Amino acid sequence: MLKSIYNWVDERINVTPMWRDIADHEVPEHVNPAHHFSAFVYCFGGLTFFITVIQILSGMFLTMYYVPDIINANASVKYLQNEVAFGVIVRGMHHWGASLVIVMLFLHTLRVFFTGAYKKPRELNWVVGVLIFFVMLGLGFTGYLLPWDNKAYFATKVGLEIANTVPLIGPFLGQLLQGGDIVGAQTLARFFAIHVFFLPGALLGLLGLHFVLIRKQGISGPL
Amino acid sequence: MANHDKDVKYVGDSRVVAEKHDGTPPSYSEFPGKSEPFWPDFLLKEWMVAAVGLVGFLVLTISHPAPIGDQADPNNTSFLPLPDWYFLFLYQFLKYPWASGDYVLVGTVIVPGLAFTALLLAPWLDRGPERRPNRRPVATTLMMLALVSIVYLTWAAVDSAASHKSANHQGGGGDTEDIPPVSEDASPGEKIWAKQASCIGCHAADMSGAGTVPGLTDVGSRLSAEEIKDVIVNGRGQMPGGMFQGTDEELDQLVEYLASLK
Repeated sequence: MLKSIYNWVDERINVTPMWRDIADHEVPEHVNPAHHFSAFVYCFGGLTFFITVIQILSGMFLTMYYVPDIINANASVKYLQNEVAFGVIVRGMHHWGASLVIVMLFLHTLRVFFTGAYKKPRELNWVVGVLIFFVMLGLGFTGYLLPWDNKAYFATKVGLEIANTVPLIGPFLGQLLQGGDIVGAQTLARFFAIHVFFLPGALLGLLGLHFVLIRKQGISGPL
Repeated sequence: MANHDKDVKYVGDSRVVAEKHDGTPPSYSEFPGKSEPFWPDFLLKEWMVAAVGLVGFLVLTISHPAPIGDQADPNNTSFLPLPDWYFLFLYQFLKYPWASGDYVLVGTVIVPGLAFTALLLAPWLDRGPERRPNRRPVATTLMMLALVSIVYLTWAAVDSAASHKSANHQGGGGDTEDIPPVSEDASPGEKIWAKQASCIGCHAADMSGAGTVPGLTDVGSRLSAEEIKDVIVNGRGQMPGGMFQGTDEELDQLVEYLASLK
């Protein structure tokens, strides 16, 4: 039955080569912790992706209750945290996952750096990876404001003042993020849009490119 | 597997064939040792480890619920702004006198800009064929230095945030046993400073400033006593006026003390 469905689809869109590209490859010994435990350092990239998936899923559920306006934002987070079934777990995963994903990304970057894996021919994938790092930091910065508590408000105020000191583009950048003369209603709406639409869109594109390049070039060889 | 051909030329150690190829999937057969199929052998093990990790993560989220503070109040002047922990090293950097005030661009643009540009362009800065860390000492040393700086700056930021917190507690709590560590022979102005929770909230108990907030340790060399008093009473830039707590006489003593700091 399954086989005949597969054959029906395969006959029309030729799935087999796509499947081969995604999953049909060998994992070499030097990156496999089952052979050498020290090869666990090669797991940080996969762990980053794993936590990114958790972030996307938990974030999708958070937006079902979160209200991005200054009157209700803080109350909606408190409601989600204290009243909604499993809300404390979903928000907890998103909150701690945000830190964990930075840690994993950092360790992955260090692994790639110290094994010299960014050298020819993988220069472009290193650049894509560093861009992913910047997008993640942007997600962290914008997500921090969304609960709209004092800690978030004053940290964002300082962050935007720092952005304003950048020569030439600073005032423009500050205005773009802040959306008005003060950190207020429009800032929260913008940070929500950036956190939920702009940066995740950029992140998914960059991640896709990162993986295509890995599959194209293969994992770097043993040292 | 398709290209077991030993004559195939690859770009470096990658699986990209140096000549144009026909699109057949790459093979790891040239790597030494035992390779394992990704699907399903390796992925199964990966998922088993991930399931254990996920349970640990869930235990963390249940035992430590995510914090949520009171609704943001823009008029709350005693609140110490603190970013998430992974931005603390950048934030701490801005507290040093040579990276703040007139030189704030050093702290906000020049040094972070150079560091992140170098990271982005690492493959073109470190072009040698060697991959082992000990065979490329410059790259390894620079990254180690960056790591040590990040860890030190983060630690310093956490440390100073902790001392701010206790300073705020002492000022706001009004607990007589918690009077800050000002010596008995301190000037009256210094004692008044130690009681001003809202000043300390931004400028820090040791007057070192924070972020874009200037330090006050040398304020007397920048402003006259009259100007200092004007700033305290009327505010300036991001600083609100009218935050001083005390009598006019105490305000004059504080201004005299601040003007003496050069």
